[in-house]
Formats: sequence, structure tokens, C-alpha cells
Amino acid sequence: MFVSYKWLSEYVDLDISPEELAEKITKSGIEVENVQAVNEGIKDVVVGQVLEKEQHPNAEKLSKCLVDIGEGEPVQIICGAQNVEKGQKVPVAKVGAVLPGNFKIKRAKLRGEESNGMICSLQELGIEGKLVPKEFSDGIFVFPSDAEVGKNAMEQLFMDDYVLELGLTPNRSDCLSMIGVAYEVAAILKKEVRKPEVHYEAAEEKATDYITVNVEAKEDNPFYIAKIIKNVKIAPSPLWMQMRLIKAGIRPHNNVVDITNYCLLEYGQPLHAFDYDRFGSKEILVRRAHDGETIVTLDDQERKLTSDHLVITNGKVPVALAGVMGGADSEVRDDTTTVLLEAAYFKGSVVRKASKDFGLRSEASLRFEKGVDPNRVKAAAERAAQLIAKYASGTVLEGEAEFHDFSIEKKVITISAEKINNVLGTNIAVDEIKEIFDRLQFETVEENGLFTVTVPTRRGDIAIEEDLIEEVARLYGYDYIPSTLPEGSSTSGALTDYQLKRRKVRRFLEGAGLYQAITYSLTSKEKAGQFTLETSSFTQLALPMSEERSVLRLSLLPHLLESVKYNKARQIDDIHLYEIGSVFISDDALEKPLEKERLSGVMTGHYVYHPWQGEKTKVDFYVVKGILDGLFDLLGLLDEIEYKQAKREGLHPGRTADIYLNGSFIGFVGELNPEVEKEYDLDETYVFELKLADLIQYEAKPVIYTPIPRFPSITRDIALVVDQHVHAGELQETIREAGGKLLKEISIFDVYEGERLGAGKKSIAFSLRYYDPERTLTDEEAAKAHEKVIKAVEEKFSAVLRS
Amino acid sequence: MQEELTKLRDEALQKVREATDLKQLQNIRVQYLGKKGPITEVLRGMGKLSKEERPKIGALANEIREVIAGEITSKQEQLEKAEIEKKLQQETIDVTLPGRPVRTGNHHPLQAVIEEIEDLFIGMGYTVEEGPEVETDYYNFEALNLPKGHPARDMQDSFYITDEILLRTHTSPVQARTLEKYKGKGPVKIICPGKVYRRDTDDATHSHQFTQIEGLVVDENIRMSDLKGTLEVFAKKLFGEDRQIRLRPSFFPFTEPSVEVDVSCFKCSMKGCHVCKGTGWIEILGAGMVHPNVLEMAGFDSKKYRGFAFGMGPERIAMLKYGIDDIRHFYTNDVRFLKQFKQA
Repeated sequence: MFVSYKWLSEYVDLDISPEELAEKITKSGIEVENVQAVNEGIKDVVVGQVLEKEQHPNAEKLSKCLVDIGEGEPVQIICGAQNVEKGQKVPVAKVGAVLPGNFKIKRAKLRGEESNGMICSLQELGIEGKLVPKEFSDGIFVFPSDAEVGKNAMEQLFMDDYVLELGLTPNRSDCLSMIGVAYEVAAILKKEVRKPEVHYEAAEEKATDYITVNVEAKEDNPFYIAKIIKNVKIAPSPLWMQMRLIKAGIRPHNNVVDITNYCLLEYGQPLHAFDYDRFGSKEILVRRAHDGETIVTLDDQERKLTSDHLVITNGKVPVALAGVMGGADSEVRDDTTTVLLEAAYFKGSVVRKASKDFGLRSEASLRFEKGVDPNRVKAAAERAAQLIAKYASGTVLEGEAEFHDFSIEKKVITISAEKINNVLGTNIAVDEIKEIFDRLQFETVEENGLFTVTVPTRRGDIAIEEDLIEEVARLYGYDYIPSTLPEGSSTSGALTDYQLKRRKVRRFLEGAGLYQAITYSLTSKEKAGQFTLETSSFTQLALPMSEERSVLRLSLLPHLLESVKYNKARQIDDIHLYEIGSVFISDDALEKPLEKERLSGVMTGHYVYHPWQGEKTKVDFYVVKGILDGLFDLLGLLDEIEYKQAKREGLHPGRTADIYLNGSFIGFVGELNPEVEKEYDLDETYVFELKLADLIQYEAKPVIYTPIPRFPSITRDIALVVDQHVHAGELQETIREAGGKLLKEISIFDVYEGERLGAGKKSIAFSLRYYDPERTLTDEEAAKAHEKVIKAVEEKFSAVLRS
Repeated sequence: MQEELTKLRDEALQKVREATDLKQLQNIRVQYLGKKGPITEVLRGMGKLSKEERPKIGALANEIREVIAGEITSKQEQLEKAEIEKKLQQETIDVTLPGRPVRTGNHHPLQAVIEEIEDLFIGMGYTVEEGPEVETDYYNFEALNLPKGHPARDMQDSFYITDEILLRTHTSPVQARTLEKYKGKGPVKIICPGKVYRRDTDDATHSHQFTQIEGLVVDENIRMSDLKGTLEVFAKKLFGEDRQIRLRPSFFPFTEPSVEVDVSCFKCSMKGCHVCKGTGWIEILGAGMVHPNVLEMAGFDSKKYRGFAFGMGPERIAMLKYGIDDIRHFYTNDVRFLKQFKQA
């Protein structure tokens, strides 16, 4: 809402500057987003009169004008506007004048002719082009003939004013009107509100003789008034009115249309003027549109209607889209003589539907959507009638045709001073609270600290005690509310076990060299299907903004790979990222997808880079596996984890493992398939994705101390030659089983493949440590256990001891 | 004989003094004190001496032996020490060469902010609640006093999946869900961090996905002044002890009264700068007293219970704290960006 400071001062005495006013309004609840001097950056523009106009001798499109600027001799000004004429009174920027944008006017020669100033258009005076009345939109502005030559043009144009831009929250639609703002400002400044005085002389003829009103859609439109004004002369509205509209952001058209808009701004009540003679009948019928019905609106667009839309009809066809826009056929034109004036209360929801469906957000629809004051419907109509009588020489017929099907109930709220103070934590005196309600002009009766407040209909946002408490708080001032802490019973704050472990997982991975990434949950259909751990259907947005962000992710990896690609493209080669985030698993039976947290990571480039001592380790499968093993160990799960060679879409068929926790699949680790690496422009890149909840929620064995060995152990190394396809893990498992209780540690210290072993063979060397926690182990006992180990691997894998 | 011994002693001591390494010293030891050495020789020839002289010479010989042995030992220690020093000298390295790096990553700046705030409120007795990112219209809007057709729904254009299911537009539905869980019995003290989604085109200041943290306290005698005091603690912990806060009236459908909360500018201490746009204050939170409808819908008796709620954006806080100029940085995961927040 744009509020003219001068216009506002007609309703409330403003004895403070616009800036101070803005500050006070903001502090009391409505943010003033901007205070703008309308004439900012303009100096020395006066009203001039064109005494002579002739063709510029050297330029076809220029005129040479002699202009009286009210001081001494008339001056010669070269003007390029097509609409400049002899006798006009026009805004003249004198030599030395400044226009917006710090545009300085100097004496100049234009095609050989001297020019001592500039005749201005409204655009040149800083008015937005779309607000300039049509007749002046392509040329200079022309004052009405009564403008005084030599006077400050800014004053004559009513531009010596300020505009306050209010950022209204949805509840404060009462301030979508000048009178509403006046009430707010009056409450803040402790002043009275002066409402406009409305009176006119009505003709004897009755409006009801000309028109009847019927409403079929009573729910949507409980109240409708139609007035008739005859003998109207369509002309421009008075300049002051045009300028008030412009300052509020509305383009002037003609007196009748401007008056409806003026009343909309003043009362917050949208009005519509029909050309009675083009209305097509003597009957107004308000109803829902029939499916497939059409209307051509004022903007010459044909709109296809459905039963969701409310229309004004002439009994047969729609003539207006209720509360949104009028129809083109019944529009007020230059030859209109009889005006049918509509003032109605349309329900917000039906207006919103139409304005949304057609993408039409008008000043009218905005106000209906937020709810207008039912008590101002008639008042606004009367005000408009008065102004049409005055500024369009109309004759207002007696009374109005009307449909009325609702009672305006005033809300009465009782609240105690005690409650107010309890909620706010304040100690405001009863008198002080009463004074605040009085300032708001809420009818209030106080008895023993109990207030009975009758809420005016203009404040539709106030319905419950808390709303009144807010009114008191904001006018009392939040600065005066003390700072306390909740008293009541104490609670113990802590992270849940899950949250705590998740933090541990984060810290571990960060300590292991991975940066936490956060990527988008919305992705493309193509990406959503990649690297998934579980089968799922897609969860798709009904109206995505783009294909790229149309489906919820099923894996974190596609976007992590995008992040790697982004870094690679910026010459970063060592990239180690992890992310914890939800994927959205869905099947058609579910109302909404299940959200499961995944832990994913991607690693590429060097893991160790210490070149001057010759240490450079590239990330490979075992680097990543080592990190994961560290993580499983951290969670106490390492003994129950198993890696199984696996083939997965998008991953290297020979370098991928599925990971099982106590037999349940929980994720995978592997190298990207080189084809995918190529697709993303990556080098050798390793990824993992794990079901985080399965890891964190798995009940790990409790920590119980094992005594530290007191007796020496015996270590035996063996190198086993086996077929190439035998996995180290299988060998190790067999060794563990065969070694019995005495075998406490197994580690692999060498893996060798080579010609010496023969084709299809490999050697894996294990170091086995035996000990007995109870006593010193003898060589024979160790040898006995070791024998069993060797026998087992010979039997199971035909392993041969390498000498 | 006595003379001979004294001469031997002087000779030996001279040699010990002149010895420059342990090998020479060893040779001296063998030469003078060995079984075939001159002192042994002298002692062997003692048979020729008189009975009176024998013990005298014997004592002298032993004394000389001990003197020489003592000198050799101390010389040996001296040489050994020098040798070790020499060795250590040779082992000197260039301590300015780079160490073997330990590769470390770190948390994302948003995580840093979220965890800092979590820990701050945990310390005040809050628990951390989380909820689904795909929500029902009921929890995202209706349970928060935003019935269908409410004008404030326009404030947050949403990503709908079906008519009833959408990506949550704020973390407030977690409040509604948690309140239900408490079955009408307070106190409730929670904060809810999480991802939220709105139909915005991504640019320097907008992101279709971002994070929020909401707080909620419901108990029997909660006052607006408690909200102010709590947020004051928050502002001081997060932005510095000297910070003040300011409440400005505002509107949210789920709170009444509603306020916006400004923190005094930590960059310029309220002198006015580009961070606070010259006003001395930075808008950082939305807050208010929980609307009775919200309490009632979640099964709390609004006559008995009151509450306050507040919400903030970790992106905004991180941008302010670390001077980040583009919200998209949080989601592109540029390693050069991420690595700047190790200490955060």
C-alpha cells in the first residue's frame, strides 16, 4: 500500500515529519518499507504557457516554442513532443533546473536554434510510464487551463508530497485503505480520525426503477448494491485526484473510473462502474458461471469460465468476473451517460480462485481476497455517487437496488488486565490498557479490570483474546516488555542416542578427511533411479519448476557426483565428500514416502599426498574400505560386518562390494564404472552409500573390558598359495575357525601373484598370533593349533604352503 | 724400580691425554694395563726386591694402575660423549620442511550453525526433534492455524506432490507433531532443525531448498517476557555478550502476538554498516506466543497452557556470521568453500 502523506493528513492531523511517522508506524507493527519524496531530485520546474509554436526550420520533428514562464520575457524552447500546442500550460524545466537522475537543464542549441529550458513529460518528472494517463503517455504533460503560470510545477502537480510504502502482513488488510491507515496512525499518535463527509442531492427517480438485483450464489455474495447515476459526462478527473491515484500506483482513465478507484483507495471497498445502456438488461443476477461459459474482460482477453467462478450477469450472459475485473462490453466509455455503480461484498475464496486461475491480480481482487469491511460497502458507494455527481455532473437516482443476506455481527471479546499482563509478563495498569483500546477506537467497557471490547468490523483480524493482547503489546511497546526466563518445572536437555551417534559418525568421517556436503533433495527422473539401495517408485512433484528438480531423490550419490564434477572442473583433484540426508522410498500403497537417512560418500584423487618424502597414495578401494571399517569399529559393529563381491549398476563390476551387517544388507562400496566416470568427467572415483539408521540403531555388543594379556604370545607366519578366485576373507574365516581359542589375531601382510606361482594362482601371507590368557603358551600347544589351521586350508582350498 | 713406574705412569697419562678416539684408548688400556703390559712386568719382577721394598712397590704399582685406569675411564666417557654429539649433529634435519599431512575434512557451515544452536538450547533443557520433509497439508498448514484458503498460504508457495501431500515449507509441522506426542501435557521444550522447500528460483538470496530451526516451549505460565529473555540468551551466545535484541510486531498465523526479532549489529556495534544496512539492527528471527488454535488442535488446553515459538534460518545466520554473499555456496559443495569452516 502506497500512502500519500498529504492525503493521509486530510484524515488525521500529522504534526510530525514523514520520516518520523514512518518510524512510529514501523515500531507499532506495520513495516514502512520506504519513504519517498515524490519530487525527489527535481528543482526549478515551473508552469509555463506556450505563446507561440512553429515548425523548427531545420528539423521536421521539432517545434520552436515561445513560452511564458512567468518571469520577464518569454523564452524560446525547442520541443520534440508531438502534442505541444499554442495556448497550453505545461511544466517547464528552466535553465538551471534539475530533473530525476541528476539531469541538469542547460541553455542549448538544437539544430541551430536556441533552447532555454525543456517542456516536460510526466515520465521526465519521475512518474512511472505505466501510470501516466494515456493522453500524455507519448508526449508532454498539459495542465488544466486554470494552472497559474510561473508557479512551482511540483505544487501544481501535487508532487510536493511523500509516499510511505507499507509492507502489510496478511492480517492487516484493514490498512489497504486510507481510512484504515488513518485509524492506525490516529491510534499511534493519539489523534482523532476525520472521515469524509458524504452528501449529495438525489433525484426523485428511483434506482429500483432502472435495475433489480438477484443473487443466486448467496454464500459467495451475501451483499450487493447497485446505484444509478444519470447524465454523466465522461471527462478527465480533477488533477488532484489523478495525482492521488498515480501516487498510489493506479493509472488514471476518466472521471468515473478514477472515482471508483479513488473510493477503493479511500475506503478499501472495490467498486465497479458499468455503462447502463450497454448492460443489456434491467436485471443483475449474480451466480456461479456455467462450465464453458466465456467472458471478454476489460483487457480484451476472452476467459473461459467454470463453476468455480462467480460472475455478475445481466440475467443472460456474464458481464463481469465478480471482484476481479469487469467485462469489455459494459465498460464505461467516453459516450457513457448512465452509470450503473456496483458495490458488493464478495467472499475472498471465490475471488482468489478466479484471480489465481486467470492470473489476474487487481487492486479489487487483492482486497476482496483479504476481506473487506462489510460496513463500508454502502458508505463507499455513497461516496462514489457524491464524487460522480460533483466531478462528472451526474444525477444520482434515489436509493439503490440491493440484495442483502447477512447480518453484520460485531465481535465482543472480554479480557482481563490480569490475563494481558500474565501473557506478556508485564505490569501494565488498567487505565493504560483502557487508553490503548480507546486510541484504537475499540468500544470498551471496563469493570474491575475486566474489559468488554467491541471490535469494529474494519478490524476483521481481531477475533480472540490473544489478538487484543497483541494490540496492547504493540501500542504499549515491545521495548518495555521485560526479559525473563521460563519458570515452571525443569526439563533435561540432551541429544537422543540416534542424534548423538550420528554426530559421532560425522566427526569420524571428517577426521578421516571427508568434507560434509549438502545437496538438493529434488532431482531429475534420470538421476533419481541411480545407485538406489531399495526398490522404490518415484515421488514426483505435481508442478515442478524444472525437469532437473522434479522428483525426490532415492540416493545421495548422483548429486554428490555432481559436486565432484563441479570441483573437478575447477582444477580441484583431491575430493572427499560425505553427506547424511534423507531419501524418499515410496510405493503406490503409501500415502507419502518413507524417509530414510543415508550416509554416502565419494572419494577421488590422492588420499595421502606428501611428495617430498615420496608418499603419495591415491584413493583406491582399500582406502575407502579402511575408512568404513574404522566407522564400523567406532560403532562396535566391525565383527559383524561382511563384504561380499557384488555387481551393481553404475559401479565397476570387479571393484564393488555389498556390505552386510549380521547378515542384513546395509549398503555398498565400490569404484564407479569407468563409463559413469567418463559421463561425469571424473578420474578413478570411489563411492559408498549406507543405510544410516540400520547402522546406528543396531544394538552393538556392550563394552566389557577384556584383561590385558599377561603372558607372552607366539607368532607364526604362513604364506598360502591358492586359486586366484579364492577370497582372502574366506581363507581368513577358515583360519579363524580352525585356529580355535588360542588363535587371537590374524593379519594379512602380503598378497602376491606372479609367474613363479603358476597361472591362476596367488599367494596370501598371514601372520597368526597365538596366546593363552591363563598361562604361558608352549611351543607344542601353538604348533598343534597351527597344524589344524594348515590342515583346514589345505582341505578346504587346496592351499599349498609356500616355502 | 720406583722410578721406572713413575715414568710409566707419566708416559701412560700423556698418551691417554693425547688419545682422540675410543680405539686408541683401548690400545692404551691394553698396552699399559694388560697382562703383558709394563706394569705387570714390573710387578712380576718384584721377586728380586727386598722384603721391605716389596709391599711399597706393590702399593705404588697398584696405585699407578688405578690412576691410569681412572684416567682412561674418564677419557673414555669424554670421547663417547663427543662421539654421540657428533652422531646427533649428523642427524640434524630441516625442521621447516612440511610435515606429513593428516587429511581432515570438516562440517558444513550450516551444520556448524545448527549444532551450535542445538547445543545452546540443549543446555537450557531443550531436546532436538526432527520430522518428515514430505508432509501432509494438515501438519504443514492446517494444524498451524492455516486452514485451506487462508490468505497467508500465499506467503509460501509450496511444492505439492498431491493435493494433500507436499514438501514442508517450514519446520513448524514438527512442532505440531511433537505437541501431539506429548498428549496435552507439558512442559514441552524443543528445537527442530531441518530442511525445508519453497517454490523459489535459485539466485544469490533465494534457494528452493534451505534449512530452518524452530523452537517451541509450552508450559503452564509461559510469558512473552520469557520469549524475550530466551532469545536474548541466544543472541548473546551466538553473536557476542554485548548484543541486544529488539522485538517488532509482525504476523504469523501460528503465533499471536507475533514479532520479528532484530539483533544489534555485531559488525559495527550499532554504528551502522553494510551488514545492518545502516540501521544498527539485523533481522534474525520470527517469533511469538503460540496461537491457542495450534495448542487446541494438538490436544493442549489453551486455558491452562501457553507457549512461545521462534524460527530462524541457519543460512542467514551463517551468511551474517561468516560474511558469505551467495546462498548457493551452501549447496554447490565447492571444496575451497567447505574447507574454510574447520574452526566454525
